[in-house]
Amino acid sequence: MNAPQTPHALHFMPSAGFRARAKDVVENPFLRQSFRGAMDFLMTKRAAQFPDPEELESLRSLGERIRQYNLAKLPDLLVQLETNLTRNGIQVHWAETPEEANAIILGICQKHSAKLMVKGKSMVSEEIELNHAAEAAGIGALESDMGEYIVQLAGEKPSHIIMPAIHKTKEQIAKLFHEHVPGVEYTDNVDALIQIGRQVLREKFEIADIGLSGVNFAVAETGTLCLVENEGNGRMCTTAPPVHIAITGIEKIVEKLEHVPPLYSLLTRSATGQNISTYFNMISRPRQPGEKDGPGEVHLVLLDNGRSQAYADEQLRKTLQCIRCGACMNHCPVYTRIGGHAYGTTYPGPIGKIISPHMLGLEATAGLTTASSLCGACGEVCPVKIPIPDLLIRLREEAFSAPQANPAMRGQGAGHNALISAIWRGWSAVYSSPALYRTASWLASRFRWLTPRRQAGWTSVRTPLQPAPKRLRDLIKERH
Amino acid sequence: MSARDRILAKLKANAPASAGELPDVAAWYAAHRGEESNADKAKRFRHFIELAHAEVYAVSRGGWLQKLYEVLSAKQIDKLLVAPGTPHGARAQAELPPLGIACPGYDAPIEGWKAAMFNETPASFTAARGAIAETGTLILWPTVDEPRLMSLVPPVHIVLLDAAHIYNTFYEAMQTEGWKDCLPTNSLLISGPSKTADIQQTLAYGAHGPKELVVLMIEENV
Amino acid sequence: MPAQPARPTDVYFFATCVVDQFFPGAGMDAITLLERQGIRVHFPEEQTCCGQPAYTSGFPDEARKVAAHQLTLFPNDWPVVVPSGSCAGMMKHHYPTLFAQDPVRQAAAAKLSARIYEFTQFLVDVLNFKPEDVGSDCTVVLHTSCSARREMGVHLTGRKLLGDLNHVTIAQQDHESECCGFGGTFSVKQPEISAAMVEDKVKSLKATGAERVVSADCGCLMNILGHAAWKDQQEGRTTPSLPGEHIATFLLRRTAKENAQ
Repeated sequence: MNAPQTPHALHFMPSAGFRARAKDVVENPFLRQSFRGAMDFLMTKRAAQFPDPEELESLRSLGERIRQYNLAKLPDLLVQLETNLTRNGIQVHWAETPEEANAIILGICQKHSAKLMVKGKSMVSEEIELNHAAEAAGIGALESDMGEYIVQLAGEKPSHIIMPAIHKTKEQIAKLFHEHVPGVEYTDNVDALIQIGRQVLREKFEIADIGLSGVNFAVAETGTLCLVENEGNGRMCTTAPPVHIAITGIEKIVEKLEHVPPLYSLLTRSATGQNISTYFNMISRPRQPGEKDGPGEVHLVLLDNGRSQAYADEQLRKTLQCIRCGACMNHCPVYTRIGGHAYGTTYPGPIGKIISPHMLGLEATAGLTTASSLCGACGEVCPVKIPIPDLLIRLREEAFSAPQANPAMRGQGAGHNALISAIWRGWSAVYSSPALYRTASWLASRFRWLTPRRQAGWTSVRTPLQPAPKRLRDLIKERH
Repeated sequence: MSARDRILAKLKANAPASAGELPDVAAWYAAHRGEESNADKAKRFRHFIELAHAEVYAVSRGGWLQKLYEVLSAKQIDKLLVAPGTPHGARAQAELPPLGIACPGYDAPIEGWKAAMFNETPASFTAARGAIAETGTLILWPTVDEPRLMSLVPPVHIVLLDAAHIYNTFYEAMQTEGWKDCLPTNSLLISGPSKTADIQQTLAYGAHGPKELVVLMIEENV
Repeated sequence: MPAQPARPTDVYFFATCVVDQFFPGAGMDAITLLERQGIRVHFPEEQTCCGQPAYTSGFPDEARKVAAHQLTLFPNDWPVVVPSGSCAGMMKHHYPTLFAQDPVRQAAAAKLSARIYEFTQFLVDVLNFKPEDVGSDCTVVLHTSCSARREMGVHLTGRKLLGDLNHVTIAQQDHESECCGFGGTFSVKQPEISAAMVEDKVKSLKATGAERVVSADCGCLMNILGHAAWKDQQEGRTTPSLPGEHIATFLLRRTAKENAQ
């Protein structure tokens, strides 16, 4: 079987369609139930990994400290990482944009006359839409993580950063395999389905020219790339083909090897509720003389794609602390209701809402910032204590304020609406003036019968809000 | 200016003046992770790796070959990939074939026999460098003699572990052995057979790597 | 746990705009409960709103102007009791950052922050209030707001107050800690998602079979009771399938001496 031919309607969807997509999902009881069940499962598993609140809290504090320390030294650490990787024989490339990253990767492929690239799970490769670019260049890009493979067969994007096919049932997957993998009878037995995937992909690992992977932690002091996984496909991609290309965002760097164990522990326990993943794969060199396997060439592509914009602001920089565990999604009541595709961004859920504006600009993502009740569940579980609700509030400000001369963010003011801004100014004028407030609230109570019966958004599923006949201040006065 | 220089310039222009003190990882482990006796570490290691679906057998320093033979027989495996350049691999290669188990050695670059590795190698036998009790984890540092694919491609992977080399934590292992100064081409932590839960959160073993992981654990009192 | 503050003789009551305009009864009941504990309750007449709606909507300047006004209302060093975890959270945790660029106001905000108490937190942690239940047997379900739970960290105090009532059973809803979907302007900006959330919340609350829902936050109550009432209308019920009230109202009724006869 060749790499699946995916239809390419896979470009980033603008946030403009967000409400419509969200509505489609919330009105689908089957999907609602399915997401709810999946998220409940992941939340329960995570909770079981952290029985001691004190330990969890201190480990989160350590994780936060490690990430902040390393971000503070980021430019120096990138240089140190580059120096040590180069010394180790790993070739380092830098890309400011997805286009540059794709050009670098495809350039390496073309140098080796590659026909097939097998891919380990990499959200950064999704971010740059590498599969699309590879196929346009005549190179097969085959996802090998089971979830990613399923999603690719279906011509979709992952709906979750850790569990890419979480929106699919085994029956849907059974049908997909039956229709797309030659010679496969319909079966919805999960073990059988996994064995089908295993068989198909093993053949590809054996013959692939290029293995592509992401990176979970890049260690500057040793020049080491660390990969976390359960399936073994990541090890396949980084060991079996003659060339390994890793791609990572510039933020996933730690100075010290000893920074890895706490972050790794936080990652697997927060993500899937595992005390550890099946494999932790540390790559420090290409194949050395005398070694009998492993890629002869190893490359690392360091991608910016808006991260340096987040870095420039002390508050927004916290976005880059993320270790991509997905716990914020699993615990988000909004993600649970709408799933990952509704967001229309590579990274969905709370982390997606705070990182995507740096990658795509607020012009494409302003609407997403409003898709949160600010309940704080994401910040509460974040293993590195990213204050996601505070960042959402900040992004709302960036999105809805009047456009400024030298904005901190691309697309600042993109959601600005003169009428809405005027309403808030009016609101502010009333509520900062006791006299105006007294009058306005008195009128609202006195003329409560004039309250509209239809109130935008609110009354679609609620009775109208109506002021009480007397305000608290009136009741207090009457009492005396 | 190159992409590299532009990225670094942007970051440097906005980096905080100070990163503060180095995070105190040692203090966290000292406060939250105890040190156990060898017996307790072996017990904990076994508990967690068995939870992850590995098989563990306690063996004596001299008696592991017999157990290896029994495991292979029980699984009806008659071919085992070994590393002839290692003492355990050499011993297996010397003593198993007379018992009816072929022991091809990994003694040539993979390019010459990739298809055989992927399609005609039912099991492999390697050593572990050590293990981690906290999570039930094997530490493997593949070498010139015992290469990387041995612990990945064959459907059954059998590992010889000396229980004297079990650490309490990952952190303790890397600190005690000074990994930061000596990491090899590839180093691995392995905590069970390959698995996935990507289809409807249903756990399935044998995704891409070994379907079965067997640990022969050398303990002094066996 | 910080040491329990000394029992004050006087407190300020910051009612919140929602209580003042929509739930005045809850405000009166909270004041009455405090007074029954021998506390003099002061209601600064000039209070309006904590500023949170503008703040969380991304209009910090507008919020700051409103917040700056509230900063002037509490000159004496008395605790400020707020019958809402959400507004208390705004005043306690966001005022100091809101005035980060204004040293004078920031100092005032920091001082005020230390004196802010959510209503149930004040009853339990400061007054050590032990309600004496004079009501008959009943089962209630408690909804704690996300701000009370995660920002103020006072999710246990409401539960403790209800738990101290001898004839009250607390029902346990599924997904207790999940947001009801209110989120201020969220409910208007993302009405479909908010609707799905409140629908699930009301189902969970009703599934407990509890006679009523109580909460220390009127924002959540507005959302939850509003949806329950709408559903009743849709389905032609004339009596509420999920009645509810502020925890102050419930506590006052359960402990009111006149009810004992």
